[in-house]
Amino acid sequence: MTRGWRKLLPLLALLLGAADVRPTQDYLSPEIRAAQEDPSRHPGWLWVEEGEALWGRGEPSCAACHGNIAGMAGVAARYPLVATDGALLDLEGRIERCRTQHQGESAFGRESEPLLALAAAIALQSRGMPVAVATDGPAAAFLEEGRHFYETRQGQLNLSCGQCHDNNAGRRLRGDVISNGLGTGYPAYRLEWNTMGSLHRRLRACSLGVRAEQFPLGSREYLTLELFLASRANGLPVEAPGLRR
Amino acid sequence: MLALTLLAGLAVGQVAPFTVTGDAIEAPLDGLLGDPVRGEAVVRNRENANCLICHSIPGTAERFMGEIGPPLAGVGSRLSPGQIRLRVVDPTLWNPQAVMPAYHRTEGLVRVDPRYRGHPVLTAQEVEDVVAYLSALEAPR
Repeated sequence: MTRGWRKLLPLLALLLGAADVRPTQDYLSPEIRAAQEDPSRHPGWLWVEEGEALWGRGEPSCAACHGNIAGMAGVAARYPLVATDGALLDLEGRIERCRTQHQGESAFGRESEPLLALAAAIALQSRGMPVAVATDGPAAAFLEEGRHFYETRQGQLNLSCGQCHDNNAGRRLRGDVISNGLGTGYPAYRLEWNTMGSLHRRLRACSLGVRAEQFPLGSREYLTLELFLASRANGLPVEAPGLRR
Repeated sequence: MLALTLLAGLAVGQVAPFTVTGDAIEAPLDGLLGDPVRGEAVVRNRENANCLICHSIPGTAERFMGEIGPPLAGVGSRLSPGQIRLRVVDPTLWNPQAVMPAYHRTEGLVRVDPRYRGHPVLTAQEVEDVVAYLSALEAPR
């Protein structure tokens, strides 16, 4: 085996592994999948409308700098990303920075209605577009942290993310079909919550499910995990705002 | 009697010692006798061990049973009580890659929710009850 070929092995493994990761919409029941595509049957659109209204408010408003919200197409597909100051930001984190640094307002707060609404409205502009997060440069170290978290067996039930979302995807866990665990549909309206919620809220539910320590919304643990999940979804369509059981 | 109760109280949340022989733990934990009726209740309980999130049991009374692990029908004719005991206590003792959680173990776990830290999912008595129930689960005719 030549040295050049040997160098390609990890890449090859990565490509083969990536081929197994399917969009979450492929794992939804036909009813939920249809409703996710239908604004008249998707309660998340209430948040989208609120977010579009918020886009025009504030001094300056979001629109004053960014223009029409349609101009945000593709933005959500690039999050999480590393900001110029070196911080890893998810879309919600970026919105909060805009609020505090450019609009002179106080932060909305994680999981608040206006933050979910704005995130949903902005993410909708990227719907159907391929996820395109950077995994190199300053993102590389964060990505490895997220990968390590994903691969570590944890909690009283001693399960890693991948043991369910790679090795058992497509099988039933009680009444639910296990997906590949992508964050592409978040923020999502989850029927179990009866409301819109963030990916980090969903990750807290995962941690609880394996009886592991739950980390705060916006924590480094969940941000780096979100980046790793997004790297697995690179090239797959943004589904947000999603509809989930 | 009082002393016995106190001892039982102290044992809650702790792990009984055991010896692995091959892929089995032959001796009942703490020498306890299992009760299959209580064991069925433990298996069907959706809040604690939650066996049916991954496995199915015979009978039509349960809905939404999982398919991650093998169906439990007939497990009593495929595995000895000692083999079932090891798989409930800690399947990774037999297969390090096993996805099934360890139900009677507290050591070597990472980031355990503080509410569960130091406690096994099932007590020694519950493990023995589950072993008694599963050992009697024959294949459907």
